[in-house]
Amino acid sequence: MNTLNVIAAAKAPVIDYKGISPLFAIAGGAVIVLIVALFRGRFVQRVLVPLLTVGALGAAIGLTIWNWQTGDSKPIVEGALSIDTLALGLSLIFYASGLVMVAFAWRSVALRESGSGEFFGLMLGSIAGMNILASAENLVTLFVGIELLSIPLYVLCASEVRRETSLESGLKYLVIGSVGSATLLYGLAFIYGATGHTDFAGISSAIGDRVDITDPLLLTGIGLAAAGLAFKASVAPFHAWTPDVYEGAPTPVTAFMAVATKTAAFAIILRLFDEALVTVQVQWAPALAALAVVTIIVGNVGAIGQNSLKRMLAWSGVAQAGYMLAGVVVGTKLGLQATVFYLAIYLFMNMAAFGVVIARERVSEHGDGMKSLEGLGSASPLLAWPMTIAMLSLAGFPATAGFIGKFYLISATVDGNWAWLGVMIVIGSMISLVYYLRVIAVMWMNPLKIEVPGLRPRREVRPVAGWSPEADPRRQPEVLVVTLIMAAATIFFGIVPSPLFHLAHDVGTSLSSLFT
Amino acid sequence: MTVHLSIILFLPAVAGLVAMFFPRDWAGWTLVTGSVLTLAYAIVMLARFKTGGGMQFVTDDNWISELGIRYQLGVDGLNLFLVMLTALLWVPASIAFAVRGWDRPHLFAFFMGLGETAVLGAFMAQDLGLFVAFFDLMLVPFYFLVGMWGGEDRVYATTKLVIYTLVGSLLMLAAAVALGVMSTPDGGHISFSFATLAQHPLSAGSQYWLFLLFAFAFLVKAPIFPLHGWMPDAYRQAPLPVILVFSAVVSKVGVYGFLRIVLPLLPQASVHFQELMLAIAVVSILYGSVLAFSQDDTRLIVGYSSIAQLGFILLGIFSLDSKGGQGAVMQMVNHGLVVAPLFLIIGYLAIRAQERDSLDWMGGMAFRAPVLAGVFLIVALATLAMPGSANFVGELYILFGTLQSKIVYGLVASVGVVLAAVYMIRFFQRAMHGRAGVHAESRDLALGPELAVIAPLVLVILALGVYPNFLLHRINAFAPVAQNAAQVALKK
Repeated sequence: MNTLNVIAAAKAPVIDYKGISPLFAIAGGAVIVLIVALFRGRFVQRVLVPLLTVGALGAAIGLTIWNWQTGDSKPIVEGALSIDTLALGLSLIFYASGLVMVAFAWRSVALRESGSGEFFGLMLGSIAGMNILASAENLVTLFVGIELLSIPLYVLCASEVRRETSLESGLKYLVIGSVGSATLLYGLAFIYGATGHTDFAGISSAIGDRVDITDPLLLTGIGLAAAGLAFKASVAPFHAWTPDVYEGAPTPVTAFMAVATKTAAFAIILRLFDEALVTVQVQWAPALAALAVVTIIVGNVGAIGQNSLKRMLAWSGVAQAGYMLAGVVVGTKLGLQATVFYLAIYLFMNMAAFGVVIARERVSEHGDGMKSLEGLGSASPLLAWPMTIAMLSLAGFPATAGFIGKFYLISATVDGNWAWLGVMIVIGSMISLVYYLRVIAVMWMNPLKIEVPGLRPRREVRPVAGWSPEADPRRQPEVLVVTLIMAAATIFFGIVPSPLFHLAHDVGTSLSSLFT
Repeated sequence: MTVHLSIILFLPAVAGLVAMFFPRDWAGWTLVTGSVLTLAYAIVMLARFKTGGGMQFVTDDNWISELGIRYQLGVDGLNLFLVMLTALLWVPASIAFAVRGWDRPHLFAFFMGLGETAVLGAFMAQDLGLFVAFFDLMLVPFYFLVGMWGGEDRVYATTKLVIYTLVGSLLMLAAAVALGVMSTPDGGHISFSFATLAQHPLSAGSQYWLFLLFAFAFLVKAPIFPLHGWMPDAYRQAPLPVILVFSAVVSKVGVYGFLRIVLPLLPQASVHFQELMLAIAVVSILYGSVLAFSQDDTRLIVGYSSIAQLGFILLGIFSLDSKGGQGAVMQMVNHGLVVAPLFLIIGYLAIRAQERDSLDWMGGMAFRAPVLAGVFLIVALATLAMPGSANFVGELYILFGTLQSKIVYGLVASVGVVLAAVYMIRFFQRAMHGRAGVHAESRDLALGPELAVIAPLVLVILALGVYPNFLLHRINAFAPVAQNAAQVALKK
């Protein structure tokens, strides 16, 4: 490298402050929250810090909408970050899950034990990482983003410091997450080695230009990077950590991970595969399709025998990741839109389900066990309905958003000549009925006697996660309200999906390199 | 006054929703009011229906333009009487629900209303996406209705029912999406409207596998041998008002799908698989009849006889002959009309036999119950297609059609007509005559609710027996539309 280049590289990059403002809101919010929380007063801890967190997230949402603009991506930090509707749209999902998490965590044991400043500060930090990840334009920022996302989450998983399973969950996530990150980093290095570029546009043009698409260096790089991202998105066969970590982590953190982390992982999978590597789609598509199939089967079969709701939702999350991966595989604009649409509705239906789990585990002696829902239909219909709607939606029944989402994904696969992948989604949905319907049966159709034969529960039923005797059993209106809103949104977007289609359509304009 | 199909469609669901907010004792009657209003409006529609007028009362709006799904409803000679049948039979079903005390009546009313809306939607939809949505939506209320208010093994029964049916439905979902996407010309906007889809026929190869997926879904729904595995459990466990509409109306959605979707949109495949479907139909007729003869559970007698009857309907459809198709539509209506009173009678018999459904607990019940016996006899004779009943005309048309196109299947199926007489007469005799059951009580129909519910249905059966042309004229004009497509393919 000659001196001129060095000087040029040393110059400060051009920064678009308008574009980067949502990130500032989140990162600034994290700092402010940490500082304010140094005052240990009850008012500060219980009211002010959560309010500041909500304020930061609200500001970020507002600034995101202010920045909304369809069309090509716009660099905000030259060569490192750029925003387009894909980044903006998905970051809305991060902020929304952050808001939901504030409500879910407000009365949780985890918050009390770890201190609300630390808890919410870490959460905002993680969201900042997701944000960077979604707008990364460069392999280096990609990696920075993924680490910034992950490290706070490792801590959050272990934030219920007096419960062994929470610590175990944090440690497990740390070890496996680091392996995933290392694999990813290794893959990124290979891709750089093969193409000589770290920015996505450069990689894409180099591949079209002078790098042979069968270059083993490139293919190894893609494979390793895919494996690393598959860890984050809990795609089989890299999903093994998911049930354990989800089960052990405080449930609000689980809910956040299930939705936001998955969305972030898909953001970068979409960017890497459907933008940087889209020219070699023929090379990676069959491999990714195979991963999708394995994920759908493994996730759905794994969920069948679960008696813990959190484990069940973890496995179901694995399966759902498989469906969304199918949308990535086709590599078309329709596929991108369908994936983004599914990610958006995944927020609503999953948060509704987790809300019910949280509300129940705080009062039920069965914790997050299936039994904690027994007879909920007559005991507490306001909780039973959101769970029912969430399960029906995850299973893909019409009049819920899940049906439209599956319809969209299947039509994207058929349209991209991957019809058999659409059939796999359908087969996965069939298997999933067994466990989704079981939850509904437990709530409404008592007295129930459905034991899955041959599969013993993995552990004795005992209070886990956020349960604590001092949690006020009856009054947690914020969880109920959020859960009801999420369930209502699931129904609403099942009947009037157009607003989400507009979002998906705008997002679809962002990656211009895609096949139409 | 123009007739708005949306009102017919959503009135029941709205009534169910309203019932949720009324006091417990009123929930049932709110639903009854809703279904009566729906029926009244449907009768207005029938009066304004122009025979030979093509698709009428069309509602056509954008629903999800991004997916090409339109909110498109319409009524023609194919679905006119199926819509009427649904509106009619939900009335006795909701009365049967209202007169008995149930646990959690609010939810029962809500799901019954939602169920009617879903079935009506499936019948009226003129867009494949909309049809699939309503077809799958039907499962939700019935899942809860069977699972919450059924017998001992209700959870097992309802899980089996839903998994069986939804496996079919999901395969159909894949097939429907594929059909829509593949028929879209390059660069064209995707559309699922039946009319548009019919204009862009697919290649024979694609038609074959799509046909199999659709057929699977419809055969499970009907149910037709060999995909009837869910039927015995569901029929035994479901509460009476639910199984009444399920057997009489919901089962017709399956066979209706063949006429509305499979024959017009997949004509070559329909011809290709004609013999297979005819064979399935004939086996269904014989299998259903033999099993209906050997059952002691009254619900299963009717259940297996339905398999046989639906076999007949399938036979008519896949005779690919206009007479056969017309007979099939007619028989759908007829079968619904006789099954509903049969289930009401089963309910009455069970009340008089210590809440048992088994024939062993019955017998000699006609002794002090001449009206019950008379009503039962009329319904039984209509079921076995006695000359003079509308069922006779329907079966005759089906057999004519089949004999014309595939004589062997027609001859074998004729045996089924005889078998129907055998099992229905056995049912009637063992319940009403012979040695009186030890605990059976011979008590006539109460003049109040019992007779009031069943009498109108019997009158409709009698009226159609006297004047079957009322059906034939209106069906006449349109069932062939579907058949024509298949005929074209046949000649090629």
